[in-house]
Amino acid sequence: MPRPGFVLDVDRSTPPVLFHHGEGFRLEKLPADRSRIIYPAEPIEPIADPVGAIRHALANPLGDAAPLAAQLLAGMKLTICFDDISLPLPPMKRPDIRQMVIEAVLDLAAAAGVDDVHLIAALALHRRMTESELRHAVGDRVYEAFAPSGALYNHDAEDPDNLLEIGTTKHGEVVEINKRAAESDLLVYVNINLVSMDGGWKSTATGLSSYKSLKHHHNVKTMQASTSFMDRHKSELHHSNWRMGEVLKSSGVKIFQIETTMNNNVFGTDGPMSVLQKREWEWTARDRMTFLAMQKGLDRISPRMRRQAFQSWKAPHAMTSVQAGEVDAVHEVTTANVFRQHLVPVEGQTDILTMGLPYISPYNVNSILNPVLVMCLGLGYFFNLYRGKPPVREGGVLIMSHPTPWEFHPVHHPSYIDFFEQVLSETTDPLVLEEKFEKQFAEDEWYRHLYRTSYAYHGVHPFYMWYWGSHAMQHLGRVIIVGGEERSVRRLGFQPASTLQDAFEMASDVVGREPTITHLHNPPILMADVT
Amino acid sequence: MSPKATELTKRLPVNGVSAARSASMMAKVASAKARNATKAALPFPLTPPPVPAGVEPREKKSTTGADYDTDWARSYPARLARVMLVQGLVRPAVKAIASPRVRGLDRLNGLEGPVIFAANHHSHVDTPLLLATIPEPRRHRLVIGAGADYFFANRLTAPLSALVIGAIPIERTKVTRKSADQAAALIDEGWSFLIFPEGGRSPDGWGQPFRGGAAYLATRCGVPVVPIHLDGTGRILRKGKSLPQRSVAVVTFGAPLHPAEGEDSRRFAARLEREVASLSDELYSGWYEARKHAHAGTTPPLQGPDTGAWRKAWTVGDRTPRRKRKATWPEL
Repeated sequence: MPRPGFVLDVDRSTPPVLFHHGEGFRLEKLPADRSRIIYPAEPIEPIADPVGAIRHALANPLGDAAPLAAQLLAGMKLTICFDDISLPLPPMKRPDIRQMVIEAVLDLAAAAGVDDVHLIAALALHRRMTESELRHAVGDRVYEAFAPSGALYNHDAEDPDNLLEIGTTKHGEVVEINKRAAESDLLVYVNINLVSMDGGWKSTATGLSSYKSLKHHHNVKTMQASTSFMDRHKSELHHSNWRMGEVLKSSGVKIFQIETTMNNNVFGTDGPMSVLQKREWEWTARDRMTFLAMQKGLDRISPRMRRQAFQSWKAPHAMTSVQAGEVDAVHEVTTANVFRQHLVPVEGQTDILTMGLPYISPYNVNSILNPVLVMCLGLGYFFNLYRGKPPVREGGVLIMSHPTPWEFHPVHHPSYIDFFEQVLSETTDPLVLEEKFEKQFAEDEWYRHLYRTSYAYHGVHPFYMWYWGSHAMQHLGRVIIVGGEERSVRRLGFQPASTLQDAFEMASDVVGREPTITHLHNPPILMADVT
Repeated sequence: MSPKATELTKRLPVNGVSAARSASMMAKVASAKARNATKAALPFPLTPPPVPAGVEPREKKSTTGADYDTDWARSYPARLARVMLVQGLVRPAVKAIASPRVRGLDRLNGLEGPVIFAANHHSHVDTPLLLATIPEPRRHRLVIGAGADYFFANRLTAPLSALVIGAIPIERTKVTRKSADQAAALIDEGWSFLIFPEGGRSPDGWGQPFRGGAAYLATRCGVPVVPIHLDGTGRILRKGKSLPQRSVAVVTFGAPLHPAEGEDSRRFAARLEREVASLSDELYSGWYEARKHAHAGTTPPLQGPDTGAWRKAWTVGDRTPRRKRKATWPEL
């Protein structure tokens, strides 16, 4: 029986706690009697027969939807869209959930004799997926059946010929999505819900849309009003997507949503990485030896090899639920299943929030976690992993641990380089940089070309990363990065510290000499349910 | 050779047999006669006594063929030797000759306990190829059903087959329960079983109807059958050839099949054959087309088109599998 997540009050007997630190780790001692650690739940039991569960979900849809088999007819136009490389994190061991679901859908389509089938990676403004990434996501069988004839491809948000403006919401938000998807007799969306932010109308209204449509919710105002964007009912980002969903629904786009959830088995329950998933006082002699060997080994290899070693890790995530049918009905059940794994009850806020940032974020799979992404991972994702209120008080301090090297992937993140060099050197205020620079980057022909033909994130993407952290920036009094490269950290507008003790010392200017501290022991993923 | 024999040979060179060869044949006959004379001279018990007239001689107990006892080949020392042979010799040799491409291994995820692997059969390369590609741990806890009349025919090939490939004899030429009992007992002990339900290698490059052995064992032991399609091994070493030729072989694993409620062995065997045919179709037409054919009942049969023998042989060369395209996108 997996144990739920819990909050540990730190006393003198509490061992040093694990902080992820990019492609490495730190063990840090937290001050006794005024610190607490939020530990994630252990991985919940997966579904024993995932393929059987998928078939059952397709045959027994939720909400106002007919079974998938009944909706598939010979001669129809079917489009299957699926989440891109940003999900799940880290990428999962084969077979990927998307492969299992897509094969089940296609099997029904084959039984109905559907010939016109397209598969589209719904990547919005993310980089295109490479062949090996697509193969990993959908499986070799599906890839080889559809890619050679051009029926399996990446969504292109800058292709004017393959975008269709569906309409406008009552708030004036333009809804524009992939034309093939919009004009299909049936659009099947295959989703992986790693966190509660994913899925719902965000799948189609964001994943298949264009800059023209995205800018209505990917902006500073929306993000600052989303408290947090992991809690759909308090997220302006989701409200906007749901309004767009209404437009899609009323315009007659027929969507069959398939959502899946997974457990947080990131590092496995056995094997060398499993130590990272255990509570420190439960580390056996073998775990300790493994950890030390891993740390020493990582110290001795080049950063490039370290990155390769971590990026090659495939997580043994397993599916915990699958539901299909009408978008809203499906998403309600999905969110409950995500919360079943992630929510940890936490009482009250503290002065300081600490977190160790790992090597991966949604936007650096097989790539480099550059300083802008470090900011987004800490202030965007980890900070927002709460329901109710943030675990740190307004005006408090966020201390995160990451090496933050001044390093960028030139193919994946070309616009990030210019954003970091030109924009952040002028201002780190999200409102100012949105006003002054966003349009120029979003409409830059060179970035557009790289996004469409190479493997680059869209020109505007680094701005979105910055907006992602704008709620945290507004909430916090100071941000300190421990062990980060000083010039990168300063460019981000944060303060660098060599050690955690130094960081506490620096934080004392803001929160006093005896602050209360919360440490987010993440990953594996958890979500603080703060009351 | 006696002068008389030499004279006879010279006078009667029959059917073009050379004089020298005829002489040697005559010499053999003469020496056999001499041996019999010596035997007769030695008394019992130095030589066996003759069987009295009117007494039925006791049948000699055979130690080869289906009667060969393979228990020793599953002892730990023999298994260790086999692991070393498979890993150190068979796998590198298969890799060098057949460059195997393996597909569908993900379909075996979550499969527990022993299983029966059932594959189509083109060549002697099939067994080493499967030994090299069946995933661990089953690879090293696997017995293979091999024709008793071929692999266990004599005292040299029988122990070699048992040791190197972990074979057990399967009677092909007469109806007997012995082979099935032995295979079932081993499956019950946790051994996986590899069998070629066609009963022998393809004579013409196309498949043959599946016999019911695999289906019967699955029903009897309550274990799933994993259908496997092998492609390209006929090009490497087809029946009738003795030297292998380098080529690419493709091994496609299918999803495990369980006997349905009330399904008899014959129908299950037919379903198994259809599944292997569908895996073949997957290779030639692509996965989605193959699924459509399977659902519509139009999967091309393993036995090839229903035409005369020469046209079937002619058509074999027309089939080319869909090759994995060389990656044109850069690996980043």
